[in-house]
Amino acid sequence: MAVGVPGYRHGMIRFERVTKSYAARPARGAGSAAGDRNAPTVAVDELTLDVPAGQVTVLVGPSGCGKTTTLRMVNRMIEPTSGTITLGGRDTATLDPAELRRGIGYVIQHAGLFPHRTVADNVATVPRLLGWDRRRSRARALELLERVGLDAALADRYPSQLSGGQQQRVGVARALAADPPVLLMDEPFSAVDPVVREQLQDELLGLQADLGKTILFVTHDIDEAIRLGDQVAVLRVGGRLAQVDSPARLLADPADDFVADFVGRDRGYRALGFRDALPIQPTPEPTVPLGADVGQARATATDRWLLVVDEAGRPVGWVEPERLTGAVSRDDLHRGGTVARRDGSLRALLDAALSAPSGRGVLVDEQGAFVGTVTAAQVTAALAAPAVRPGGIPDGGGHAVDR
Amino acid sequence: MAVGMQWIGDHLPEILRYAASHAALAGLPLLVGLAIALPVGWLARRQPRLAGLIVGGSGLLYTIPSLALFILIPLLLGTRILDPLNVYVAMTIYTLALLVRTVVDALGSVPEATRAAATAMGYRGLGRLVAVDLPLAVPVLASGLRVAAVSNVSIVSVSALIGYPQLGSYLTDGYQRDYPLEIGVGIVGCLLLALLFDLAIRGGERALTPWLRVGR
Repeated sequence: MAVGVPGYRHGMIRFERVTKSYAARPARGAGSAAGDRNAPTVAVDELTLDVPAGQVTVLVGPSGCGKTTTLRMVNRMIEPTSGTITLGGRDTATLDPAELRRGIGYVIQHAGLFPHRTVADNVATVPRLLGWDRRRSRARALELLERVGLDAALADRYPSQLSGGQQQRVGVARALAADPPVLLMDEPFSAVDPVVREQLQDELLGLQADLGKTILFVTHDIDEAIRLGDQVAVLRVGGRLAQVDSPARLLADPADDFVADFVGRDRGYRALGFRDALPIQPTPEPTVPLGADVGQARATATDRWLLVVDEAGRPVGWVEPERLTGAVSRDDLHRGGTVARRDGSLRALLDAALSAPSGRGVLVDEQGAFVGTVTAAQVTAALAAPAVRPGGIPDGGGHAVDR
Repeated sequence: MAVGMQWIGDHLPEILRYAASHAALAGLPLLVGLAIALPVGWLARRQPRLAGLIVGGSGLLYTIPSLALFILIPLLLGTRILDPLNVYVAMTIYTLALLVRTVVDALGSVPEATRAAATAMGYRGLGRLVAVDLPLAVPVLASGLRVAAVSNVSIVSVSALIGYPQLGSYLTDGYQRDYPLEIGVGIVGCLLLALLFDLAIRGGERALTPWLRVGR
């Protein structure tokens, strides 16, 4: 499964004083304000950054900060003006661009699929370029479609027949087709709606847990950066690196006003997303199954709200037994409450508690089955208690993102 | 009426022969012109500085009066005045005049994101042109080809003035003999031929672009 580019199976990317500047346009009307206009435009300024192998590094910043330029310099879609970029220790400038690109997965906004090729043929693009035969390429494409959660029945459709989210999944499958050690992702999820985006982010994290690629991911969305990155590099306009840190550190200790401002409000609350669950004992909660009759519901309820579960014991929502007119059906459910894993982050637990109409956050186990409830008071009490880890913020490394 | 049918019946083999000749004179240059326009248009897109010159210059060729070109070419090529090659060369020039711009537009119609994705996958220049750019350029290419085909069918008929036999000959001959039916046969023949070309190009376009006709 090795790719045709030797020497960088372990795809650490290193930027060393990389600058990209564009020559100034000749000033119109000679002699007018010459000083400014003749200065070259700097897109990326002396960037030095390590993208560790097997981790997700997110480049984030406002438009004009050079994040896409930085990404495109890795596969030489854009050539740096000065500085070097190495991939697994090899200077990319010495490699053949097309060969280099075949060893780097690339995912862009709107997926950038080939509209004239079927889904399977799109995914098989790089394997075919590497000279794999048709059968092997197709088998690989089908395997990857399954991997990214797409039905094999979609293999022979054209991209225009898929939803935006499905197209984006095909884009990821296509990037992974030749099993490259490195993936470049340029705002891949910004064109889909928020619900699908979150799904795709989760799937990417799931895939990454299995594959351990070196991923360089570009976004303008700080929440996405914090959610996906093992390491987040914040760039400011003009292509200058403002801060590189783990998401937790970025939230806890922004380097300057620009980063603090860019990271945004609710930093304290969002940082809870990186605090692993403290030992909170779920409180037992009476439940009724869907379809229970009014009498059973009213007899079970201990207050105004009653939790309803499905046949597998998974919570489906809250009802008010006093308002029921018949057996408990899905139409009666209040769906406002979020559900948290019992071992989820403090943010997930607190959110579940705050969003539940009863004030009791719903906790589930790994299989999604109901295990009990937690109140906001319990979570904040746990927060106030001496932290499990001194300082409260885990330093770098693996982190639990609230799902 | 009966006399008219009689005339058509008597001349049917000749009409078909003229139609075939007309089709060849209009159709072959279409293919040759496309074959030349593709690399020229590709070059124009790769060399933005030359693009204006190439597109503008080739477009200008269309303004040369056809009769003048039919007479000029034998002088330039040293061919005999009645050599069909003269007509083929002239028609290729007109095709080129229309298709260079078409090729530039057609290649320009390929979405930038798709082109960037192809490059990022590791396609090289010519490989990308064949595998990605050209297939996606087919709709715009086809619409330009249809214009060029109709234009060719119409211009070829002028070559009757220098005596090369095809459907246009019925126009000159019918006019000289003041025989409206013969003129009518020439006009209807040209129309049918243009329609045939149009249908053939549409058919080709459909066959080459299956992805454009899928329902969601």
